[in-house]
Amino acid sequence: MSVLQEISPNVKNMKQLEYVVLARRASQIMEELRKGARKPYSEVIDVSWGDPHRAGVKPLSFVRQVLAACLYPELVNSNKLPVDVRQRAQRLLGQCAGGSIGSYTATAGIAEIVHRVSEFITRRDGGAPSHPENIFISAGSQWALQNILKVLVNSKSSPKTGVLTPVPCHCTTTLSIMGLGAVVIPYYLSEEQGWELQVEELDRALESAKGVCNPVALYVINPGNPSGHIQRRKSIQEVIRFVSEKKLFLLADEVYQGCVYGEKSEFISYKRVLAEMGPPLSDTVELASFHSASKGFMGECGMRGGYVELINLDPDVMKYIYKLFSKDSCAPVLGQIALDLMINPPQPGDPSYPLYNVETQNIRTMLVHNVKRAFEVVNSLPGFCCQPVEGGAFAFPRLHLPPKAIQKAKEVGLQPDTFYCIRLLEEAGVLISPGCEYGQKEGTHHIRFCIMTSEVMMEELLRRLTCFHTQFMKDFS
Amino acid sequence: MSQQTVNGVPSRGKVLTLDNMNPNVKRVEYAVRGPIVQRAVQIEKELKEGVKKPFSEVIKANIGDAHAMGQKPITFLRQVLALCSYPELLEDNKFPEDAKKRAKRILQACGGHSIGAYSASQGIECVRQDVARYIEKRDGGISSNPDNIYLSTGASDAIVTMLKLLVCGEGRDRTGVMISIPQYPLYSAALADLGAVQVSYYLDEDKCWSLDVAELRRSLNAARQHCNPRVLCIINPGNPTGQVQSRQCIEDVIRFAKEEHLFLMADEVYQDNVYAEGCKFHSFKKVLFEMGPEYSSTVEMASFHSTSKCYMGECGFRGGYMEIINMDPEVKAQLTKLVSVRLCPPVPGQALLDLVVNPPQPDEPSYTTFMKERTVVLADLAEKARLTEQIFNKVPGITCNPVQGAMYTFPRITLSQKAIDKAKEEGQVPDMFYCMKLLEEEGICLVPGSGFGQREGTFHFRMTILPPTEKLKVVLHKISEFHLRFTQEFS
Repeated sequence: MSVLQEISPNVKNMKQLEYVVLARRASQIMEELRKGARKPYSEVIDVSWGDPHRAGVKPLSFVRQVLAACLYPELVNSNKLPVDVRQRAQRLLGQCAGGSIGSYTATAGIAEIVHRVSEFITRRDGGAPSHPENIFISAGSQWALQNILKVLVNSKSSPKTGVLTPVPCHCTTTLSIMGLGAVVIPYYLSEEQGWELQVEELDRALESAKGVCNPVALYVINPGNPSGHIQRRKSIQEVIRFVSEKKLFLLADEVYQGCVYGEKSEFISYKRVLAEMGPPLSDTVELASFHSASKGFMGECGMRGGYVELINLDPDVMKYIYKLFSKDSCAPVLGQIALDLMINPPQPGDPSYPLYNVETQNIRTMLVHNVKRAFEVVNSLPGFCCQPVEGGAFAFPRLHLPPKAIQKAKEVGLQPDTFYCIRLLEEAGVLISPGCEYGQKEGTHHIRFCIMTSEVMMEELLRRLTCFHTQFMKDFS
Repeated sequence: MSQQTVNGVPSRGKVLTLDNMNPNVKRVEYAVRGPIVQRAVQIEKELKEGVKKPFSEVIKANIGDAHAMGQKPITFLRQVLALCSYPELLEDNKFPEDAKKRAKRILQACGGHSIGAYSASQGIECVRQDVARYIEKRDGGISSNPDNIYLSTGASDAIVTMLKLLVCGEGRDRTGVMISIPQYPLYSAALADLGAVQVSYYLDEDKCWSLDVAELRRSLNAARQHCNPRVLCIINPGNPTGQVQSRQCIEDVIRFAKEEHLFLMADEVYQDNVYAEGCKFHSFKKVLFEMGPEYSSTVEMASFHSTSKCYMGECGFRGGYMEIINMDPEVKAQLTKLVSVRLCPPVPGQALLDLVVNPPQPDEPSYTTFMKERTVVLADLAEKARLTEQIFNKVPGITCNPVQGAMYTFPRITLSQKAIDKAKEEGQVPDMFYCMKLLEEEGICLVPGSGFGQREGTFHFRMTILPPTEKLKVVLHKISEFHLRFTQEFS
């Protein structure tokens, strides 16, 4: 009998992702295409992850030049690279032990970079002070989130620890919560109000947890994933008052703060709102805010650079948080550098600025255009209803499936929206993900696809989707 | 937010306190980055501010970080990575063809041809294939399946993932994990964090830190009284001890694991760092398969490797992998779920790993330089290992086992009762007291043996052998002199 037949029940309880089935089939299809199989498409469009580069968005030249020079310092002396690139690389290398990005760094990150992150936060938040000792750089924001959850979750406790999480919510966080032996307490975002967070719903969710689990934290994602909603100041204030009243720890996942599209939309950080609400709230609400180099115009997901800023935590608890981060050594140095470049881009007057400006403006224009197109096209298709995508990386339209389709899905043992996604993959070569992956109101169905793509890919995606959807709805009418 | 808040308000009224936080986290210690290092950083700040000290720099011999100590990166590796980062450089004829070829291949395998795209959670497929081929070559042709290779954020990430998977049960059934004393404190930290039971087995200091199956058995049987031991961790070459296990020993361990139904975790990150005459690295996988199907088809095992050590020393990339052997397919599905929570390992680290397992071949332009650089690094380390043992063993009160491999020395120090008492007065364990004094007087940062585990009543420190040879000589002499002074002071 295998040693491994007994494994952690927390791991067993982690939901199996629908994505696994879809990704496997997508792999097979790509292999079949490579071998010359004839299909109505010549390649698979993968818009299932929030991964701009995968979807055709180009990396920023400045960023890649600096990284290259840090990787191979001979380039610092090469006049093939702009002067500011070389200077930046030289400065960064000077801040690495032994002048190499191959060295470990301090646990929370290279001190000068951490310092610059705190300055960025202060700038962003209209002057609200940010202190470097409250910041930890990590291998992606989810890594930091898992460390904070680890401190919050007592896996042995009875009843179990609970974390309020939105529905819908991207799966990494909910999986992490389950993997730690805690329980997800779902609160439903209001689809009809553009996926707004309503405090009454937070109350209801908390109430539902009575006797079931011990709620310790509230997790919010702003801008939303997959919802695309950007919280208004008033809503953020209500959430802050709620956590203060109910004595909950606030986890604010703000990795999409660089992705704002709605004309009237504005990202305001939880930290800023908290600071502007003044004492006693600003001195007492315990908050962890997360950001990342994976999203925004840079889209450097593969570098694994993110950070957490911790506000108002007990200093003794902070010491243990430090130890947790220290056993992981440090975040990948290239990820730390990517973060640094994100928060300190070229400024007007710098040699790299013109190109940087053109590239980022182009990406911005492209994304705004993609959002508009996706919204238009999807909403024009019968059976689809898409809320405005104010920010974030995804469209998350509601899909009204005909009863026959739901029936067929049941017959083949699939969730109805997974069934739709599998058919879309097979027949149109488009890989998206089903709403059931993220949670949704019982009886509703959705799909999620990334809108941070090249324009060409977006048009092709929408064309294939339109074609497929029309046929699908006909087939199952 | 007020400054008072930043400096800490009393925990009265806090939502997250020492009392309600995860109690497991309170047991996590990681000495390699612990209090002595924090003091070292503080001293560095003071030096920068112009404070006068008996030394002008702090030598950080606490952490296995080769580049920090002046070791140069391998040219070929960095060239390919620069090309991957900024593919415009592929037009630059200053880069050799073999570097360009590898860069193109790696980029081809990345989403959108960018190292900035996420990869599959298990790692880029062609990298896993290359890792499998490397393992086959290393192990004399024994086959390796890319599906059993999981790339990770450093070997530590993979080790923690496996432990997360394996640890279960309550009370007397709680999973026990066997790990050596002394050990690399990631293991004790991870076990504390997971609430697993640490089952310690002692390495034999008098026999050059070798592992004895009788000791494994003693430890296991004792542990069975209060937990369910299911995992056996071995670090080979050893950290902090540097011992390189003999082939016989590895066979004995495998036999023991099979008899006692234990999952083997073989931490082999120092596999290229073998210096002593007569010592050779034998991979657990190779030995397992050479023992025949009775073992090779039943013993469940995971082997770990990394880009942080060996000749590359690329700690900052966080590159690594594990190979799993004979894992139940249902369990493998669970493992896949677990790794997905990390999204993916850093892609530059995956690319770097690809180059490590796929280095320049004799017929390629970069071969000569590559081999020269690699040989110099390993030869330097071997020389420094020898030097360290030699110099320390001259000091009365310091006994140093041969540094057979890895990057550290873990000498035993004799401390008088007077010193031990003084340490107690200061509220420190004796070897921490010793190391702190050394730090304050000489600006040399080591890690006390208590951070790794040691037999009761014995004291050690761990020092890296990484500083450049001339500097290392100075460090060794300074420590020697300090030890004599210390012995004198507390005689």
